[in-house]
Amino acid sequence: MTERTSEFYRTIKTIRRFEERVVELVNANEIAGVTHEYIGQEAVATGVCAALRPDDIITSTHRGHGHVIAKGGDIRRMMAELLGRKDGLNRGRGGSMHIADVSLGIFGANGMVGAGAPFAAGAAWAATRSGRDTVAVSFFGDGAVNQGVVMETMNLAALRALPVIFACENNGYAITLSQARSTAGSPVARAAAYGMAADTVDGMDVEAVHSATTSAVHRARQGGGPTFLEFLTYRFSGHHTAEHTMGFRYRADDEIAEWRARDPVELAGGRLNGVVRAAIDAQVEALIADAVDFARNSPAPDPDEALDLLYADGRRARDVAVLDRPISDVNEGAARS
Amino acid sequence: MTRMRYLQAMSKAVRDEMQRDPSLFIIGEDIQESLRGVTAGLVKEFGTDRVIDAPISEQAFTGFATGAGLAGQRAIVEYQIPSLLYVAFEQIVNQAQKMSLMTGGQVNVPVTYIAPGSGARLGLAGQHSDHPYPLFVHMGVKTVLPSTAYDAYGLLVSAIRDDDPVLFFGPAAALAKRDDVPDEPFTVELGKGRIHRTGTDVTVVAVGHLVYDALALADTLAQEMSIEVYDPRTLHPFDWELLASSLARTRRLVVYDDSNRSCGLAAEILATASEEMTLDAPPRRVTRADVPISFSVDLERRALPSIQRLEAAVRGVMKDRSRD
Repeated sequence: MTERTSEFYRTIKTIRRFEERVVELVNANEIAGVTHEYIGQEAVATGVCAALRPDDIITSTHRGHGHVIAKGGDIRRMMAELLGRKDGLNRGRGGSMHIADVSLGIFGANGMVGAGAPFAAGAAWAATRSGRDTVAVSFFGDGAVNQGVVMETMNLAALRALPVIFACENNGYAITLSQARSTAGSPVARAAAYGMAADTVDGMDVEAVHSATTSAVHRARQGGGPTFLEFLTYRFSGHHTAEHTMGFRYRADDEIAEWRARDPVELAGGRLNGVVRAAIDAQVEALIADAVDFARNSPAPDPDEALDLLYADGRRARDVAVLDRPISDVNEGAARS
Repeated sequence: MTRMRYLQAMSKAVRDEMQRDPSLFIIGEDIQESLRGVTAGLVKEFGTDRVIDAPISEQAFTGFATGAGLAGQRAIVEYQIPSLLYVAFEQIVNQAQKMSLMTGGQVNVPVTYIAPGSGARLGLAGQHSDHPYPLFVHMGVKTVLPSTAYDAYGLLVSAIRDDDPVLFFGPAAALAKRDDVPDEPFTVELGKGRIHRTGTDVTVVAVGHLVYDALALADTLAQEMSIEVYDPRTLHPFDWELLASSLARTRRLVVYDDSNRSCGLAAEILATASEEMTLDAPPRRVTRADVPISFSVDLERRALPSIQRLEAAVRGVMKDRSRD
């Protein structure tokens, strides 16, 4: 048992408890809308991000909370963001699907499947151009391998030997569509066709994820170009928080049970002795409780700020609510200006 | 001061800014050979690392510029034909444009998208003739559409230096127009309209190359009426103040707009003028029809705005009286 083993467990457990708490808060209407839980896939974000430096860059997905936590995101400000509060990472402007902390190299969750991949290529190129050996990881799901922009980006990254890691989290389903029904051939074979290193990895085992990513990071930093890693994993619950109310039947109970038997929390936790594990569990509970308190105590943003922050020069969008005034008032205003 | 064509002014703006700002690069299709002419000679001066030929992957190279922008570089993305903006639309309006607000102001995306040869004429048919600037105005993207070489230079420099995504449309029918352009770098501020000719009877808002038609018509009709020609130059943010001051004098408005009619730029200008300014007659617009442009040139002409239609609209608005 090493320090690293317990840190892996701590991150995995933090993501798990964060997500479980988020589900409760969504169901209690404290978090608006729905979120896409990372439960079941925690070992992927944890193992990948542990192989990165703070100055490395990630792009994330709609299922992004785990990536942000694993890359060092402040969970108090994450929770505040999910509650739409002023102290949220995105000041309440992004929510679950756009959560970002660019200062930590987290270039954002993304509501469009695969859309972050070219950001990773551009950022990796920018770093290389500036003489830095920064690596950029683009997380995406198995559904994203059928998005043109991901294939285009793999070609671009391979052509220019960019330090990019394509981290494909294959949880078997593009929302309700199974991989067998969505994808001809295999994701790894597609990547290999671009001439890049490509491998399939057990995504439930954080040690395997970390080891494969470490090799890919090494290759990227040495100028060896991109790597495609397909992490075989599973989401234990629905595509989003509300799915359980919809009566979907696209996954067999046996299949879910089989994957749950390889729960990454238990796999990582089983490598620790009981005392250490219990101590970490208690610390994680306190951390999550504190994050929820922090979020609840953070004020809501001022509604009049809804038109701010769109432009870097501070310009605001035209305030259409103000324009609803009688025309005589508007004309007086125009005459004055 | 040098007399040069619009396209040369665009080229000069890109070159001057690449000399000034070492973080600036340009990416697009066939730009090293310079199929469109904007990047002529640039690769020799700045190398293949700053003048990047991209594979035919508009989504990827648009997003690549976003990522590079987030990582501290400044980018120009060239689209060989304006319809390629449709392929890249998601990456521009749903990613780059929204990044600042969605991240709570953590970042901005300093990328300029250039579409030289927009709204092509004379036989380029359905998929190469669109002039899709209203789509970007609708989405709140800073959008410029200069009509002269002077403004093309000054606005392109401003667009490149701007820290937000900016769309630059170079109208196909204006690329060969000549104008005096100062040799030393200068800027034209984004968001400022320009009155090319003052008048007292009717304001014609003319967009892009249509400014030349409007000026010609103002000359032709000078004995009958006094036409003011207003060139917005920047379509978003629009210079409503300057339009209001023009309409305060003329109180009559015709918009001459080279894009589709429904939910178009002219529609927005008419609506805003009607809501917020005082007019003596219902405003009119001369636009494209809501159809793809046909190949046969006579069919093409029938669907495009024309100086004849502009004249009819101007005469109409001069006869009309407010309905109240």
